[in-house]
Amino acid sequence: MNVVRHTWFMTVRQGRNLMREPIWIVLLLVQPMVWLILYGQLFKNVTKLGGFGTGSYVTFLAPAIVVMNAFFGATWSGMSMINDLDHKVVERFLATPASRFAIVLSQIVRSAITAAIQAIIILLVALALGVRIHTGALGWIVIILAGVLVNSSFAGISQAIALLTRREATMIAVANFIGLPLLFLSTTMIARSQMPGWMQTVARFNPVDWGVRAAREVVLPGTSWSTVGWHLLLLLGLTALTAAWATSTFRTYQRSL
Amino acid sequence: MEAIFVDDLRKRYGAVQALDGVTFHVREGEVFGLLGPNGAGKSTTVRVLVTLTHADTGAASVGGHDVRREQVAVRRTIGYVPQDSGVDQFGTGRENLMLQGRVQGMSGRALRDRADELLHLVGIADAADRIVRNYSGGMRRRLDIALGLVHRPRVLFLDEPTTGLDPEARVAMWEEVSRLAQAESLTILLTTHYLEEADQLADRLAIVSQGKVVVEGTPTELKQLLSGDAVQVEVEDGAVERAQSVLAGVGARPEQVLDGRTVVARVDHGGRALPGILSALESAGVAVASVSVSRPSLDDVYLHFTGRDFGAEDRAA
Repeated sequence: MNVVRHTWFMTVRQGRNLMREPIWIVLLLVQPMVWLILYGQLFKNVTKLGGFGTGSYVTFLAPAIVVMNAFFGATWSGMSMINDLDHKVVERFLATPASRFAIVLSQIVRSAITAAIQAIIILLVALALGVRIHTGALGWIVIILAGVLVNSSFAGISQAIALLTRREATMIAVANFIGLPLLFLSTTMIARSQMPGWMQTVARFNPVDWGVRAAREVVLPGTSWSTVGWHLLLLLGLTALTAAWATSTFRTYQRSL
Repeated sequence: MEAIFVDDLRKRYGAVQALDGVTFHVREGEVFGLLGPNGAGKSTTVRVLVTLTHADTGAASVGGHDVRREQVAVRRTIGYVPQDSGVDQFGTGRENLMLQGRVQGMSGRALRDRADELLHLVGIADAADRIVRNYSGGMRRRLDIALGLVHRPRVLFLDEPTTGLDPEARVAMWEEVSRLAQAESLTILLTTHYLEEADQLADRLAIVSQGKVVVEGTPTELKQLLSGDAVQVEVEDGAVERAQSVLAGVGARPEQVLDGRTVVARVDHGGRALPGILSALESAGVAVASVSVSRPSLDDVYLHFTGRDFGAEDRAA
């Protein structure tokens, strides 16, 4: 399968470039650490309000921070595509038999792999802070998977925006425009029962919340595997949809040449 | 056999008619130059031929494959060295080559050996494992060419291969291209807006102006189309018309006036005719500021076929 092989070749290239500037991985982790460590401490008494399913706010927060970080990372993932478009790397590939789908897909895969690596680091820090994942190893996998799927869903959108606008400024504007609203319209930082009614309703349609629910479900006792499965499935469907959209915008880009 | 066949390509971008009926053929094994100022339609023609874009109407094939219906076959047949490099600046030269080879379906030892061979061939073997961002312009251009050659294409497209290089690097690149054409038994289609470059490199060339091929032939043929040498006589203001009639009177053929004061005329033997021309001008009372005789150059060919001065048009574009 050319698509799979070419996606792999191009993902390797991007991974290698990323590893050459490891400072980025560190910088990208500063923000989630601030949330996990400082914010988690600052609001540790919030669980007294009730409905959190645990007395430890950092335990409640940790899986959600993994998802939030994956989401934020995804909103920026189109930057790498814009860079390749600006430097004509994409055009060079277009004059070869390189799989068109792989050019887009490799960007999404690269973004998802970054999210997975960051998820593991965040979870290790959480472990050091005393967070225990109720369902053990399987729970780790679910949390990482939730992060990866939330990331892929939004990375597809980010790639589409990159291909349609080809402007960094637009990308930054969109990332800022959707970032905080989707974060606050989810149960990332607060128990559902503590949210105003209308926000609870909106959160049901928020993919970030789908990821948070799946990830948190495996951390706290009383795990409902059907809740986990259902939300992961929703995210998988969304990923397929946005990847398809990104690919179709790639055709629009090609026509514009 | 025709390596490249281009028939009446037309393409419009909004209000701009980028291609207005481009037609030419390139034979197998030849270095063919598309010469013209910026904006003449050279790059657009190449982009149609390498399947990056479609023409509105017209037909074209490369290596016997139709550029519209057999895109993948065309992409396997060709190497494309675009005007704007397109290398991954954050990878090394070798990594760039390996990836290019992989998407062209190469792998394993064959690919590694080919990458080594090319790195030596274009003379950047010492820098092979350095990050491209630290390459000089000339080195980057050599890598671009190596990228285009990795899968041993039959036809290589070089879009403005020496633009942005200093004169020394340009001459080195010319030698490189001639050598590669031999070593890899390639058909090369080269676009350039440097007249000397077309003259040096191309077996045959087509002059492109405003989306059309205005004339096609070997550099020598094109120069022979202009019979005789060019005599340029710079006279004082207001004396141009008198100078023209004097020149016509001694058997020279006035063709153009440059900058309002330099008359360009054709004569059969410039050196022999010059004394007669000067004395005729003197006895007619025309003060001559300067005079020069030159063998026909591609500059003259361009001027002759488009009615425009090459350098001025290129700067204006």
